[in-house]
Amino acid sequence: MSSTKLSHLEVVRPIVEKYAKDPNALLQILIEVQEILHCVPKDVQDYISKELFGKSRVRVPAVISFYSFLSEQYLGEYVVHFADNIIEQMLGNRELAARLCSKLGVKIGKVRNDGRVSVHFTSCIGMSDQAPAILVNGRTIPKLTPEKVDVIAQSITAQMPVERWPESLFVVEDNIRRSDVLFRRKIEPGSAIKACLDRAKAAHAPVALDEQLSPLPSDSDKTGLDHAAQETLAEMYRSDLRGRGGAGFKAAIKWETARDKKGSSRYVLCNADEGEPGTFKDRVLLQNYADMVFEGMTVCGFTIKAKLGILYIRGEYRYMKEHLDAVLQKRREQNLLGEHILGSPFSFDIKIHWGAGAYVCGMETAMIESIEGKRGSPRKRWPLPVEWGYKGQPTVVNNVETYAGAAIVAVRGGSWFAQHGTMQSTGTKLFCVSGDCERPGIYEYPFGVSIREVLRDCGARNTQAVQISGPSGMMLPESEFDRLLAFEDVPSVGTVMIFDKSRDMFDVLHNFAKFFQHESCGLCTPCRVGTTLLVNILDKFKKGQGSALDLEEIKNISQLLKTFSHCGLGQTAQAPFMDALQKFRPIFDKRLKSKEFIPAFSLNAALEEARQLTGRTDPGAFIHEDIAEPAH
Amino acid sequence: MENTFSLDGKEIPFEPGQTVWDAAMAAGVYIPHLCHNPDYEPHSSCRLCTITVNGRPFAACTQPAVADQLVHNNTPELNAMRRTILQMLFVEGNHYCPSCEKSGNCKLQSSAYDLGMQDNHFPQLFPHREPDSSHPDVILDRDRCILCGLCVRVSRDVDKKSIFAIANRGIKSELIVNSPSGKLVDSKVSVDDEAMKVCPVGSLMIKRKGFEVPIGQRDYDKEPISVVSLRQFQGRKEGRHE
Repeated sequence: MSSTKLSHLEVVRPIVEKYAKDPNALLQILIEVQEILHCVPKDVQDYISKELFGKSRVRVPAVISFYSFLSEQYLGEYVVHFADNIIEQMLGNRELAARLCSKLGVKIGKVRNDGRVSVHFTSCIGMSDQAPAILVNGRTIPKLTPEKVDVIAQSITAQMPVERWPESLFVVEDNIRRSDVLFRRKIEPGSAIKACLDRAKAAHAPVALDEQLSPLPSDSDKTGLDHAAQETLAEMYRSDLRGRGGAGFKAAIKWETARDKKGSSRYVLCNADEGEPGTFKDRVLLQNYADMVFEGMTVCGFTIKAKLGILYIRGEYRYMKEHLDAVLQKRREQNLLGEHILGSPFSFDIKIHWGAGAYVCGMETAMIESIEGKRGSPRKRWPLPVEWGYKGQPTVVNNVETYAGAAIVAVRGGSWFAQHGTMQSTGTKLFCVSGDCERPGIYEYPFGVSIREVLRDCGARNTQAVQISGPSGMMLPESEFDRLLAFEDVPSVGTVMIFDKSRDMFDVLHNFAKFFQHESCGLCTPCRVGTTLLVNILDKFKKGQGSALDLEEIKNISQLLKTFSHCGLGQTAQAPFMDALQKFRPIFDKRLKSKEFIPAFSLNAALEEARQLTGRTDPGAFIHEDIAEPAH
Repeated sequence: MENTFSLDGKEIPFEPGQTVWDAAMAAGVYIPHLCHNPDYEPHSSCRLCTITVNGRPFAACTQPAVADQLVHNNTPELNAMRRTILQMLFVEGNHYCPSCEKSGNCKLQSSAYDLGMQDNHFPQLFPHREPDSSHPDVILDRDRCILCGLCVRVSRDVDKKSIFAIANRGIKSELIVNSPSGKLVDSKVSVDDEAMKVCPVGSLMIKRKGFEVPIGQRDYDKEPISVVSLRQFQGRKEGRHE
């Protein structure tokens, strides 16, 4: 790689200059450095600290160590990340990782001695419909097979740059299996903004045209823009569009609140962190409907009088960078972004902020912290982002799909939108189907579709369970497949993971538990410690040392997580445990060694050190623990 | 009275802008806490001060007081969960009270006594954490750190030195030091820093002060933390720092 010839300073200086030494850009700077150097070494950290923060060098390592994809240690010329969510495991990612490691002579998580390559596991990378998938130097390779692993191993051994690997390796499929009214056809770029501006024309005052632009609008609404914004908001209310990120908060209320709060400026943030394992709809939306998403953000900006929108997108989707930059650039050229959009007095632009491997940044206040270049720890609960968001200003945060919906509402009207779906969940929803079925991919249904219908359409057979809305959602057995996917029954971000009867739901739970442990930000006690204690209890079951008391323990810790955690991550981290205990109890029962208490440690193993020190091998130096097992 | 809310059945007056914690403490009702220090911005991370407002749980230290709300604090259910929080903190680090210099002045220890915590309950995690005794006057014992972030906030906001930060995430979170070597000796820390006075446990200590007050005669040896804490809070209101 040519970059290795550059000195660290030559790499980092232009990046720091490009971002004008803005402390808010810290994360973006670190990501770009990591991309080139495959680490952020100490001398680079010192340089960035000095340029961005003056004396304080403590913030830089604190941020680096927070994000999974940043590293102080050099990770090698080739950095491979295997997605490790349960769907990937079911499709053999572990075997493929072992194969690659053995071909390369490298241990998982360790850099090879010659410094050339390292292989890691990471959380879901949004490719569950084409798993197993990996990232190589940030580029996605889906549908991994043993043959592809061998090609990759050969390419690495031959020191071929990733850019010259066969293009066919990097083809990410859309897998759109079912379209409904919202996404069946794309709206014309600009049509939603035009619809908003037309509402201004409909007001008695005309919109300023190109030739008569000069004075910017005052608050007295000479241009009709205020009226038009009000009308757009009214359409949003009529649509009853609810947030697609999972919580289902009404978008119009958020927009209106942010608009009405005092602030020197307002911001429109789009949450494309999509870290919930098994979720990939935002990837498909941004790949195919990026215009619609940006259009929805612009409509929001128009409505709340913001000048800047920010797309916060997870680092796992870095392969889309060129595409997204190009769409934004084209929109600027088309005057759909930038100064005086379509000749009106309304100006708005959108920039992209990248994440670097942290599920918690999907929490809106953690995301705002991350956009400000900090660790992605959630803020204290009050004030809400609509009042005190990005840079302390009123901020709307919505999901990718919500903005796409908003663009459609602007074009086709709120009443039209509200005709679809159910009374309490209007419109349609994109579902990400993965796991044991013939046709995994994206399915668009009006809200209110039954789980059974989705399973039928995707060709799922012998289904034992579905996990709706990812690990933080609901684990449902067959008896509940007639329930409806809608906010009033089974709410979700749109994730449907399918497990047939050959699967052991204990493995599913264990995977989820480790996921939450890995992704806990560590701010609050219940989540930081509780997620680890839960993993330890499952480890104990896995070893066949589980006891009835441990089940009580799971309930108690879960209750604490649910009620005492600071943010949604901890509050929902217990959900699969409670579902598993209630609905899949046999997975624990068959692993119960005893209905009494069994200690987590082995007394006999604990004596090993003493035996070695004393050189004893006689029978009296061993404790046979089986004997101690109580009869029941 | 105009602005009041109900706290365990008692009417508590408050001023607009006050948190539930502030109003309760001012009215003489103790709410357990570790990461909060009323002289500084609240952080709501330890979650020990969790209360319920109209049945929903919130951290009292950041929850704005609102008129006529029904707040519960000293209930068996909440106190049981607070004990679990404390047990989690005890097993997460390496806390050996009998040999700890902070014993008797430690808020973790005294809160555990006050809330009736009998044992650690959970298996110890026994983390390996590096102590830092490099500085001539100051010692950082990470074994005892409960990641409350008080020293981080105070060093940044009051001392304007940003000596400390929390690094890593989740169960691997740890306190790091702002210096080229990562050691205190190369940092700008000083015994006079406000940050040196806020550690609720024995993690950040000043050297050569050990046992100036004998065990048995320290603040929480004499009275429970609920009493000491309330008195300190009220004294603070009258400008008397203890």
